Amino acid sequence: MRLLSTTIIALRALRRNKLRSMLTALGIIIGVAAVIAMVGIGNGAKSQVEAQVASLGRNVVTVFPGSFNAGGMRGGWGSTSTLTIEDTDAIVREVNGVVAVSPEVRDRNQILANGLNWNTQVNGESTDYLSIRAWDLSDGAMFTETDVKGATKVCVIGSTVVKQLFPDTDPLGQTLRIRNIPFRVLGVLESKGFNFFGSDQDDTVIVPYTTHMRRINRRTTVSTILIEAASSEEMQSVQDDVTALLQQRRGGREPDFTVRNQLELAQTATATTRVMTSLLGAIAGVSLLVGGIGIMNIMLVSVTERTREIGIRLAIGAHDGDIRVQFLIEAMVLSSLGGIIGVILGIGISQTLANLNGWPVLVSTNSILMAVGFSALVGVVFGFYPAHKAAQLDPIEALRFE
Amino acid sequence: MSQPVVKLRDIRKTYRSGDLEVHAVRGISLDIQPGEFVAIMGASGSGKSTLMNTLGCLDRPTGGTYYLDGVDVSSLDREARADLRNQKLGFVFQGFNLLARTSALENVELPMLYAPKRAGAAEMKRRALAALAIVGLAERSDHFPSQLSGGQQQRVAIARALVNEPRLLLADEPTGNLDSRTSIEVMGVFQRLNEQGITLVMVTHELDVANYCKRILVVRDGLVVRDEPVQNRSIAFAELAKLHSAESAAKLNAGIKP
Ligand SMILES: Nc1ncnc2c1ncn2[C@@H]1O[C@H](COP(=O)(O)OP(=O)(O)O)[C@@H](O)[C@H]1O
Ligand SMILES: [Mg+2]
Repeated sequence: MRLLSTTIIALRALRRNKLRSMLTALGIIIGVAAVIAMVGIGNGAKSQVEAQVASLGRNVVTVFPGSFNAGGMRGGWGSTSTLTIEDTDAIVREVNGVVAVSPEVRDRNQILANGLNWNTQVNGESTDYLSIRAWDLSDGAMFTETDVKGATKVCVIGSTVVKQLFPDTDPLGQTLRIRNIPFRVLGVLESKGFNFFGSDQDDTVIVPYTTHMRRINRRTTVSTILIEAASSEEMQSVQDDVTALLQQRRGGREPDFTVRNQLELAQTATATTRVMTSLLGAIAGVSLLVGGIGIMNIMLVSVTERTREIGIRLAIGAHDGDIRVQFLIEAMVLSSLGGIIGVILGIGISQTLANLNGWPVLVSTNSILMAVGFSALVGVVFGFYPAHKAAQLDPIEALRFE
Repeated sequence: MSQPVVKLRDIRKTYRSGDLEVHAVRGISLDIQPGEFVAIMGASGSGKSTLMNTLGCLDRPTGGTYYLDGVDVSSLDREARADLRNQKLGFVFQGFNLLARTSALENVELPMLYAPKRAGAAEMKRRALAALAIVGLAERSDHFPSQLSGGQQQRVAIARALVNEPRLLLADEPTGNLDSRTSIEVMGVFQRLNEQGITLVMVTHELDVANYCKRILVVRDGLVVRDEPVQNRSIAFAELAKLHSAESAAKLNAGIKP
C-alpha cells in the first residue's frame, strides 16, 4: 500500500519537472539506442558472413596448388599448379569419408552469343560440382558423366551471364561460343550473389573439366580440387588424409599444395565479425554506463535542489524509507523509460542504416530485453546513492534550506 | 476536566556545537487544553521555533517529558514521530512550503498519501476538496502555487495541515510573509477553525496578530516569562469589515477631489 502511494508520489514528482526528467533519461536513451544499433549491425554482419561461408558449399575441403621452385626462385602460393587428374582419382580411391570430388579448371574467357559478347569466368568441373557447392539449377539440367567422358561441348551458366548474353531470350538449348567453339546451354544456375571476397558468383560458365582441359586451354593440370566430406565432423580427417596422400604421391619433394577446409575459412571470417561485434558492443556499453552516471549526477543535483521539498515531505509524515524509495523509483522509471525510448530509436537507426547502406541489420529480442533490463538496473544502481542521501536529511534543517 | 492536548514537563533543549552549548529551551512546563488558541511571542533567538519543533515532534527534547494527547512522545523513534506528525499534527510555515508546479489539490492530498492507512483515490480527492472548501479555495483546486497570491498559498497550506484532521495545528510565523490585510484573512481562517474546536498554537512577533488568539505566552531566553489570556480580542471578520468601509470611504474621497 505504501509502495503504491510512493509510486504515485514519484510519478507526480517526475511529471512536475518534465524537462529535467527528459534530460536525465537522455543519456540512457542514447546509450540504449547505441547498443541496439551497434549490436544489430554486428549481428547483421555476422549473419551475412555466415551465409557467405555457407554459400561456399557443403563440408568442402579444397586442395590449392602450391608454389613453384625453379632453381631456387620460389613463386607464391598458386604461382603454378602441379595438381593432376591422377591426384583427383587417387583421392576418390583412397580417402575415406569423401562423397564427391571435382577437379576444377579455372580460366577467364571472352564468350559470344546472340551477337553479344562478355568476359567471364569459365570453369571446368565434374558432375559433382553442384552437390559440393550446394548449388541448384533454376532451369534445365546439369551435364552428365557421359558428357564428362566424351568431353562434349555443353555448359550450364550463371544468372549474370544470362543477363548479359540472353537478355530477352530463353538461354536453354542456345549456343554460346568460347574461343570460337560452340557450346550448348543445358541449364541455368540459381543466383548465389557475391562471395565474401566480393566477386560475383553468378558471373560464370561451367563446362565439363575434360572439355575445358582438351578443348579450351589444353593443359594437363587442374587449378584446384574440390572435395565434399560426408559430414562436418569428417572434414578434419579428410583434410589430413588428403594431405598425407598427396605428400606420399610426391615422394620426398617439397609440398606443392595446401589443403584447407571450410571450417577454417568460416572461423577466420566469423572471428573478424566477432571482434567487430564485441568492439561495437563495448563502445555502446560504455555509453550506457555514461548514461547511468548522468542519471546519478542529475539525481544528486536534484536531491540538493529539492532539499526543501524533502523537508516538507518529512514534516507531514513521510518515513525515511518513503523518501528513499521515491528517489529510487524516480531513477528507475527514468532509466527504464529511457531504455524503451532508446530501443525504439535504436531500431529506427538500424532500419535507416540498413536502408541507406544496404547493410544487413539484425535486432534480436534478446538484445532488446537485455538493453531494457540493464538500463533499469543502471537506474537502481546509480539512483541508490542519491536516494540514500535524500532519506538521511533532517526535516528541520531541510525545511530551513534556501 | 478533559485531558490536555499538550502537556510539557520541564522540557529542555540544548544544542551542542563543539565546546559551545546553547540552551535554546531550559525547562518549560505547560498545558494546552482542547479548543485553545495560543500565541507564542518573544524576541528573535528566544527559543520559539525550538519549542514549536518540539511540539511538532520534528525534534526530540534533550530533557523533560512531552505528552501529546495523553501519550508520552519524548522518546519515540523517527518513524513513529513521522506517523504522529501525519496523524495528529498539522503544520503551517512562514514560507508556505507548498510543492511547486503541483496543483493545490495534489498539495492538499500529500499528507493522505503518507498516511499509515491510505484512502482510495476518490476518497482522497473528496477530502482534499472539502479541506480546500473550508479555507475558501475549492474553485482554485487546479491552480499551481505560482498562480496564487501569498494569502491564497497560505490557505492551501492550512488546508493541507487540516486534511488528516489533526489534534493540534502548529503555525510558525504564518503571517510573517503576508501584508496586513491578508494576515487578517489568514487569522480569520484560524479563528473559524478554532470555533469548530481545533486547537491551535502559533508563533508570531506581532502583537496585532497575537491579539486574534485567546492566550499569549511570552518566551525569553528559553523560558516562558508570561502566560495570560488575551484582553480585547480582535475578531477577524469585524476588522475586515472596518478595513473595507475605510477603503470605500478613501475611494469616495478620491472620487470627489477634482
Ligand atoms: N540547530 C541548531 N544548532 C545550534 N543552535 C541552534 C539551533 N537551532 C537554534 N539554535 C539556537 O537556539 C536558540 C533559539 O533559537 P530559535 O528557537 O530558532 O529562536 P526563535 O525562533 O525564537 O528565533 C538561538 O540562540 C539559536 O541560535
Ligand atoms: Mg524562529
